Amino acid sequence: MDNLDLLFQAPILGVQLLVDGILVGAVFALAAYGMALVWGVMNIINVAQGEFVILGGYVAFFLAQAGIHPLFGVPAAAVVLFALGWALYRLVIFRIVDRDLFVSLLATFGVSILLAQFMNELFGADVQSAESGFGTWFFFDAMVTVAQIKVVSFVAVLVLGLVLVVFLKRSRLGQAIRATSQNARAARIMGIDTDRVYAFTFALNAAICGAAGALVAMTWVIHPFIGLAYTVRAFTVVVVAGLGNIGGVVLAGLGLGAVENFAGFILGAEFQAAFLYSLLVVILIGRNLVLARQRKYLK
Amino acid sequence: MKRAAPYVVALALGLSLVVPWLAPTYLTQLAFLWIMILFALTWDVVGGQMGYNSFGNILFFGIGMYVTAIIQVGLFVDVGAYTAASGAASLNLTPEQYFGGLFLGLGAAAIAAAVAAAVLGAGILGVRGHYFAIATLGLGIAAGEIASGWEYVGAGSGMVTPLYPGAVGGREEFFYYLSFALAVVTFLVLRRLYAGRFGLAINAIRDDEDKAEAMGLHTTRYKTMAWCVSALFLGIAGGIVGNIVGFIDPRDVAFAGATYGVWMVLMAILGGKGTLWGPVIGAIVFHVTQELFWTYLLGWQRVALGLLIVVIVVFFPQGILGWARERWPEQFGETVDAEGEAPAGGGEGGR
Repeated sequence: MDNLDLLFQAPILGVQLLVDGILVGAVFALAAYGMALVWGVMNIINVAQGEFVILGGYVAFFLAQAGIHPLFGVPAAAVVLFALGWALYRLVIFRIVDRDLFVSLLATFGVSILLAQFMNELFGADVQSAESGFGTWFFFDAMVTVAQIKVVSFVAVLVLGLVLVVFLKRSRLGQAIRATSQNARAARIMGIDTDRVYAFTFALNAAICGAAGALVAMTWVIHPFIGLAYTVRAFTVVVVAGLGNIGGVVLAGLGLGAVENFAGFILGAEFQAAFLYSLLVVILIGRNLVLARQRKYLK
Repeated sequence: MKRAAPYVVALALGLSLVVPWLAPTYLTQLAFLWIMILFALTWDVVGGQMGYNSFGNILFFGIGMYVTAIIQVGLFVDVGAYTAASGAASLNLTPEQYFGGLFLGLGAAAIAAAVAAAVLGAGILGVRGHYFAIATLGLGIAAGEIASGWEYVGAGSGMVTPLYPGAVGGREEFFYYLSFALAVVTFLVLRRLYAGRFGLAINAIRDDEDKAEAMGLHTTRYKTMAWCVSALFLGIAGGIVGNIVGFIDPRDVAFAGATYGVWMVLMAILGGKGTLWGPVIGAIVFHVTQELFWTYLLGWQRVALGLLIVVIVVFFPQGILGWARERWPEQFGETVDAEGEAPAGGGEGGR
């Protein structure tokens, strides 16, 4: 708790933490948006969400290894993960779309373990990051430092999010996705191939996560086994914001980034992950208690 | 088959009693077989019989392990100093001290785990469905992260349990019988519980919680009780496993969500969740397969584990016993109506 005093004595440190947290929180919001999409349309909670993120990170990492600038990894990862998402849908997910939650949750949990262990075997368990070669900005007599790549990634997330929203509102396929999420049966009667819509939604989610992961590899680090943390972050954001609430997802994502950063500083870096997982439990219980007063529960 | 079953069980139990003389080299693996059976049985209380999928039951296992070790050590020396020396200050205890500390520790582990379940259950068991599953997943990992940051219990470098005072080989035999006894007691207690009002209540909660509540059932009380029963036995098992392994690593032994935590779910489903014998069968099949074949996979075991989960859950969700029940219903004392029987496990449809 010594760091708490430090924070009061030098409030400028708080600015640093806040900026870092918000910049990184944008990536959480993106992953959460993908999760909310699959959840809303297919009624599946994809536990393998975080593994998609990390896989995207590895795409950027290997591009950087090959001498290509990792920013190209953002579209590359999106394409690779889109293909993987489609393949996963055709192999596994289409069998569980209409099954009960027990099956879908455990099946994606299995996929998550499978992907994490695959990455561990193929890429090794080392912590990696893709060097982007950007510089750093200094503010307030170098008390606040902002890595330019974090700003670039923040902007990239905003652009991606905007493109997605416009795509879902305007395009034919986007409208089909929204129709399916509202009422799959009615959509089928109206001639929408819901199976294709599901496949596309799942692949699109994987692509979103892949792009987010490429940004993570540049701004932070990746590691085969930290995928679950991203799943939990995405889930936390969706639980706080609710389904189909884009503004809420963005705000909750940025907020989560900031809160997590402050907690990591105050409690010490070794407890940051513990804080994240405990926060999830506390939020779930809290929301449920509020609902319980009206004789309702989280559905 | 139904008539032969008691003889098979009696034979298996008899064999288990004399196995230290038959196969002394495999005692540790066989002790783990009993632990696996216990894992699957305790998971099934909440996951199968009550329909609340918990991914975080490993929490109680880890709590039990740490509580036992802390008491075993703490009775004689300061725990903080002991872990700081990280095993260099290995304790030399007399048999009386060792067994006294061990059984005291196991008792405390059972209480601590059950209390943790009661306290957490009051909040978490109100959360249903997906939310419950992911909340418990978070709980298990959070505990592992906290333990690996907490200096008092050795943080990330873990904690060594005291040395067994008896003869060489006596340790394996002792812990084999201890885990054997615990698994059998767990089975008998659960069988007794399922046969009574408790079993009916948690099955009602699985089938329709709102209706169960409307019928005047104190659902929260039963749910918490079920989790406590599960935690109680898991806590004791944790204390035993800590001493079998001899070294408590916070993430890989105590709060080992990626291995034990996943296995307990998998074994219960493999055997048939929501049945008494299913978890036992699933645990035996899984553990034997794992011990026999997994060494040939050369490091790809965990990939295979993920694949196995997907395959079992997607294609074989009813489990071995569930499948047998569909295949030979008369063996399970069920009469089949030839007409108008709804297909088993039919979903809501029309989503």
